[in-house]
Amino acid sequence: MTDAAQTFDDLAIADPTSTFGGIWRSGVLAALSWAAAALITVGLPDVVPWGSAKLFAGLTAGAAAVFLVLSFVVQRLGRAGEVLRHYGPWFVAVGVWLALWELATAKFGWLPKPFFSPPHGILNVYVTDGPRLLLCIVYTLRLWSLGFLSGIVVGYGAGVALGWSKPFAYWGMPLLKLIGPVPATAWIPVTFYFFPTTFGASIFIVALASGIPVAILTASGVGSVSRAYYDVGRILGARSWYLIRRVAIPAAMPHVFVGLFMALYYSFAVLVVAEMLGAKYGLGWYIQFQTAYSGYANVYAAIIIMAVLCAGIVRLLFVVRDRLLRWQEGFI
Amino acid sequence: MAEAAPLPLAADTDSLAGGGTAVDVRAVSHQFRLSGARLPVLDGIEFSAEPGEFVALLGPSGCGKSTLLRLIAGLERPTAGEIAVGGRPVDRPDPSRILVFQDPTLFPWASVRQNVTTGLEARGVLKQERGRVGEALALVGLAGFADAYPHQLSGGMAQRVALARALVNDPALLLLDEPLGKLDSLTRLTLQTELVGLWQRNGFTALLVTHDVEEALLLASRIVVFSDRPARINAEFRFDKPYPRHRDAPDLVAMRRRILGALGFAT
Ligand SMILES: Nc1ncnc2c1ncn2[C@@H]1O[C@H](COP(=O)(O)OP(=O)(O)O)[C@@H](O)[C@H]1O
Ligand SMILES: [Mg+2]
Repeated sequence: MTDAAQTFDDLAIADPTSTFGGIWRSGVLAALSWAAAALITVGLPDVVPWGSAKLFAGLTAGAAAVFLVLSFVVQRLGRAGEVLRHYGPWFVAVGVWLALWELATAKFGWLPKPFFSPPHGILNVYVTDGPRLLLCIVYTLRLWSLGFLSGIVVGYGAGVALGWSKPFAYWGMPLLKLIGPVPATAWIPVTFYFFPTTFGASIFIVALASGIPVAILTASGVGSVSRAYYDVGRILGARSWYLIRRVAIPAAMPHVFVGLFMALYYSFAVLVVAEMLGAKYGLGWYIQFQTAYSGYANVYAAIIIMAVLCAGIVRLLFVVRDRLLRWQEGFI
Repeated sequence: MAEAAPLPLAADTDSLAGGGTAVDVRAVSHQFRLSGARLPVLDGIEFSAEPGEFVALLGPSGCGKSTLLRLIAGLERPTAGEIAVGGRPVDRPDPSRILVFQDPTLFPWASVRQNVTTGLEARGVLKQERGRVGEALALVGLAGFADAYPHQLSGGMAQRVALARALVNDPALLLLDEPLGKLDSLTRLTLQTELVGLWQRNGFTALLVTHDVEEALLLASRIVVFSDRPARINAEFRFDKPYPRHRDAPDLVAMRRRILGALGFAT
C-alpha cells in the first residue's frame, strides 16, 4: 500500500459512513443505540402505564439485531448497501432519540402525560385504534384526491385559456388576481352555506386551494412562451389548436409544475381545516376529536401518518416531474 | 458530440425533390410602430426570383432583411406593395415556403424525430408521409439521432435538424435567415457545401440572407445588395458559376471586391 493510500484509509475512519476492518461502524453504533432503547423500554417501569411497551421493545430489539447483521454484510449489498451506509448516522441518531424520549416521558415523567407520549404510547395507538385510523386515512385520501384532482384540472384548463386567449385574459386575469390571494380557508363559512353537504363543501375548499396556483402559473407559463416557437409552428402549417397542444402546453410545463407543487402544499394545509369542520372521519377530524379527549398520543400518531402521506405524495410528484421534464437541460 | 458524417447526396430519397417556385416582390414597403413612432424598414423593394434560383440578400445589420423574409413567409403583411409566390399572393404562412432562422428554434421538449415530424403532423398528413421523416434526417446526416433531444445536439447538428424539419415538407421555396451565422467557421464551411448539395438535388428556390459576402458568392447565382435602413435595393450582381466554387478563385475574388464596394467598403 502506498503512503497516499494509507492516508486515505486513515481519513476514511473519521468518516461515519465508512467501514473499518470490514465492519460498518455506524451499523454497530445503531445496533447499540436501538438495543439501549429496547432495554430502557422493558427494563424500567412506566410512571403511568402506556401499553405496548413489550411490543415496542421487541421491535427495537429486532431492529438492533438487523443493524448488527448489516454491520457485517452491508458491503456485499451493492447499491442498497451504499444507500444504507449513507443513512448510517441517521440510524444511530434515531436510536439515541428513541432511548432519550423513553426516559424523558414514560420512565422519569419529566414530560408528563397526557401532553407528551413515549414512542411506545404512539405505537399503542396504532395497535388499539388501527382500524379507525385506517378508515380515517381512506377518508382523508378520498377528500384530498377528489379536491386536488378536480382543482388542478379546472385550474389547468382555466390557466391555458387565460394564457392563450386575449378575451379570457381580459376578463379573467383581474378576477384571478383579486381572488387568488384570498386564503381558501376564508371561504369556509360561505361554502358550507352554499353546498348541500359538508363533503361537497370540503372538496370545493381543497379544489380552490389547489386550483388557483395551478391556474396562475399555467397562465403565466402559456403567456411567456417565446413568439419564435409560434412562428416556427405557423410556418410549418400549424393552426391554433395544434399550437396550443404542441407548443403552448409543453412549453408551459415547467411553470405548471411549480404551480402543482404550490397546489400540493396549499391542499394539505386546507385539507385538515376542512376536515375539522363537520367531517365524519378523516385525519383532521381524528386530531380534533382526540384533542377534545386529551388523547395526545393519538394526535401524534395521526400527525406521523400525515407526514408520511404528504411526503410520499410530494415525492411522487417529483418523480412525475422528472419524467415529463426530461427534455430540460441538466435533467439528463 | 462529434459532427455527423458527410451527406449521402446520392441517397435514394427522391420523394423530397419537388422543384422550385417563382418569387415576386412588388413595391414592398414596411414600417413598424415603435412606442408611437413609425420606423420605416423597407422602402419600395422590387425584385423577383425564378423557380429554382439561389439568390443571396446582403445588407448592413438592422436594414430589414429579416423583415423581408418574414413578409415573404407570410408571418406578417407588408404595409404597402405585394408579394406573390408561385403566382399567388402571400397572405399567410404556408409549408410550401419555409423560413429557417439563425437560431435553430427547435422545440426543446420534443425529440429530434418529433421536431422533424411537426410540419407533417400539423397538416394532418403524417400517416401517409411518415417515411419522409427518416429520409429527411438521413439527408442531413442525422439518421442516428432521431431520439436525441435538442439540448444534446451541437449547434451545427441543431441547425441540420432545423433544415430537415423544413425539407421534410418538400418546400418549393426555402427562406434562409443567416442560418449559419452563429456556427463556428469549420461547421459553417461544411454546412455551406451541404446546403448547395440539398439545393441542387431538391431544386427548391432559395433566398439566403447573409452578412458574409464570401458565403453569398459560394452559394448563390445572384446577389442583391440592400442599403441601410430603410432598405432599398442598391445593386444586383449575377454570378453564374459552376459548383463547387472555391473562395480563392480569381473571378470570385474580383466579384467580392465589387460587392464590398457596393456595400460601401472601399478595398
Ligand atoms: N416586430 C418588430 N417591431 C418593431 N421593430 C422591429 C420589429 N422587428 C424588427 N424591427 C426593427 O426593424 C429593423 C430591421 O430589422 P431586421 O429586419 O431584423 O434587420 P436585419 O435582419 O436586416 O438585421 C430593426 O431596426 C429592428 O429593430
Ligand atoms: Mg436579421
